[in-house]
Amino acid sequence: MSVEWNSKDLLGLDELSAGEISLILDTARAFKGVGQRNLKKVPALRGKTLVNFFVEPSTRTRTSFEIAAMRLSADVVNISASVSSLKKGESLKDTALNLQALHADIIVLRHSSPGASRFLASRLDSSIINAGDGAHEHPTQGLLDVFTMREHFGDIKGLRVAIVGDILFSRVARSNVHALVKLGADVTLVGPTTLVPKSLECLGAKVSHRIDDVLESTDVINLLRIQHERQRKEYFPSLGEYTSLFGLTKARAARLKPKCLVMHPGPINRGVEIDSDVADGSQSVILEQVSNGIAVRMAVLYLCGGGAGVS
Amino acid sequence: MEKITKITNGRIIDPASGRNEIGDVWICDGKISTSAPDTSSEAEVIDAAGLVVAPGLIDLHVHLREPGQSHKETIASGTMAAAAGGFTSVVCMPNTSPVADSPSVIRWIHERAEQVAHVNVFCTGAITKGLAGEELAPIGSMVKAGIVAITDDGHCVQSHEVMRRALEYARMFDLPLLDHCQDYSLVADGIMHEGEWSVRLGLQGWPRIGEELIVSRNILLAELCDAPVHCQHLTSGGSVDLIRQARARGVKISGEVCPHHITLTDATLRDFDSNYKMNPPLRTQQDIDLLLGGIADGTIDILASDHAPHANYEKEVEIDQAPFGILGLETEFGLFCDTLIHKTKTIDLPRLIALLTINPARLLKLDRGTLAHGAPADITIIDPNLDWTVDRDASHSLSRNTPYHGTELRGRAVRTIVAGNTVWKLDA
Repeated sequence: MSVEWNSKDLLGLDELSAGEISLILDTARAFKGVGQRNLKKVPALRGKTLVNFFVEPSTRTRTSFEIAAMRLSADVVNISASVSSLKKGESLKDTALNLQALHADIIVLRHSSPGASRFLASRLDSSIINAGDGAHEHPTQGLLDVFTMREHFGDIKGLRVAIVGDILFSRVARSNVHALVKLGADVTLVGPTTLVPKSLECLGAKVSHRIDDVLESTDVINLLRIQHERQRKEYFPSLGEYTSLFGLTKARAARLKPKCLVMHPGPINRGVEIDSDVADGSQSVILEQVSNGIAVRMAVLYLCGGGAGVS
Repeated sequence: MEKITKITNGRIIDPASGRNEIGDVWICDGKISTSAPDTSSEAEVIDAAGLVVAPGLIDLHVHLREPGQSHKETIASGTMAAAAGGFTSVVCMPNTSPVADSPSVIRWIHERAEQVAHVNVFCTGAITKGLAGEELAPIGSMVKAGIVAITDDGHCVQSHEVMRRALEYARMFDLPLLDHCQDYSLVADGIMHEGEWSVRLGLQGWPRIGEELIVSRNILLAELCDAPVHCQHLTSGGSVDLIRQARARGVKISGEVCPHHITLTDATLRDFDSNYKMNPPLRTQQDIDLLLGGIADGTIDILASDHAPHANYEKEVEIDQAPFGILGLETEFGLFCDTLIHKTKTIDLPRLIALLTINPARLLKLDRGTLAHGAPADITIIDPNLDWTVDRDASHSLSRNTPYHGTELRGRAVRTIVAGNTVWKLDA
């Protein structure tokens, strides 16, 4: 199978084929070695300018993109919403046109509006990398999660993956589901009926409202951050009730298969969706996910920046 | 000397009288005459061979944006778009700036229309002050200023008590109430149909029940107050069922449907193009089929555009921040004719003309929408088989927010006559 990458942008995983997703993962595998060397730098994007344009706060994703870009020898500029002109009433379109006029080759965009990265991609010649657009997609997070699973299990096909939490408002869940379903995994979305409505089955995943039903059979359990403060209060009554119904407590973790991976995109709420000891336990790969994020983002920047990929 | 015009050889379709025949229509001093006037004046002759001669089309749901939003549209540009779409009368919505909730604003619009409008402009007044849904606007004073209906369009009166009193009060003037049916608590920040596509795109859903609940409320209040309520821009198949059942037991409830809600589905938002963002939203093929069923059996007996111009820079923003709505007047007849007559064969041409002429005229008690002897000579000449392509850059509107650019349609108005004067005709 010979797949070529021919897009300047990465906007979401819904629109990618299984082959394109595998190409990114294979390329990331090759780049992972760079981070383990003494000299953690390759010249792939030397002379290119990358702008981290974050219109919504983020520390880990922005830092990860920044490190990835630096390892590829790109020049990096960070712009965040608090200092950018968006606060002064300039439109997203105008701000982006200005970035292009400043010769930004790659713009990494984090924005609260679904479709914001597509909005830019269709108007600019610069490469646009979606670093999270509202509840729509967070493709590099989905890729790094799948990459981590692949590192442990070799193949995604037939893998049983449970994603637990606020799926309705989660871009991480959407990107995970798209990639996993395309690669042949058996995905179950778990959470309260209000946050995991049956309509999510249209994405190709199963829906469950009982975490206890999936614990013993799943190969991966991916826990999403629950943000009650940002939710409208009608979705669930309290964090305490959420934890009692859906939290990965010690008792629940004891029922997982020994090889089951415990994942979380971060930042974690210890004691809410995941018990503190379980987060630090032997089955947890939460920090491995963070490290793998750099390799995956290097692969994405490399491919969208014009690299040929690794087969 | 009298001005005489003779429209000859066309197929005259006048649903109000049931007339449907090849013949001549005479215009004498701005009035329709069904026979040759007894005069020596020489008549201007319009040859309508192969064309349909219909009463001037009426659109009872239009945003002309003046006063206050003249960067989107003006009374002059909006009525020119109406003329180019075959409409001789438009009914403008009160969500202007200032809101049309006082006789002074109504009078201002009438005076402005008198000076610049290309077609007849009828005004609606707000139900509540500032469209806030709380206190009744001075409805009686606005009736004296000439409003033809009340509506808070763009907003929906949430208080059932306020709605009940508005209906009771309007009944005193025999004044119809038009309602934009949207339950705020159920819809919240919804921007597209709640369904597979909202789930996939991560956009907030606007569920059908947000419309159906208010349609139900309106049916019960119309029954209680024995007063007419007209439900604007219906989108949900469930709303059609509710109205069908209510009408069967004699409730004074009616509904309108817009072209976009029977030609486009929620899947069109897949690329986050704000030209597909409307309120209420585009729904599913299943809803389209049920809306067509309602049009076919007469449950829905009025069609309208919800012409809603917005400047490019307002629409060209993040999808959740873009304003709702699209242009409608110039594509409306083509879309209805193409969809209802040619593609789905839902109704025939006389019925389509009725839904765009005498039916809205009856609801709003306008002395229009007919080719009866002595009626104002508002006439639309139609080529129901003309193939044409929508060109947004040829629009007479000040705005360009249409999703139909490049769409091929069959059926178009070719000449628009208001009070005996041709205000627009298609370049041959």
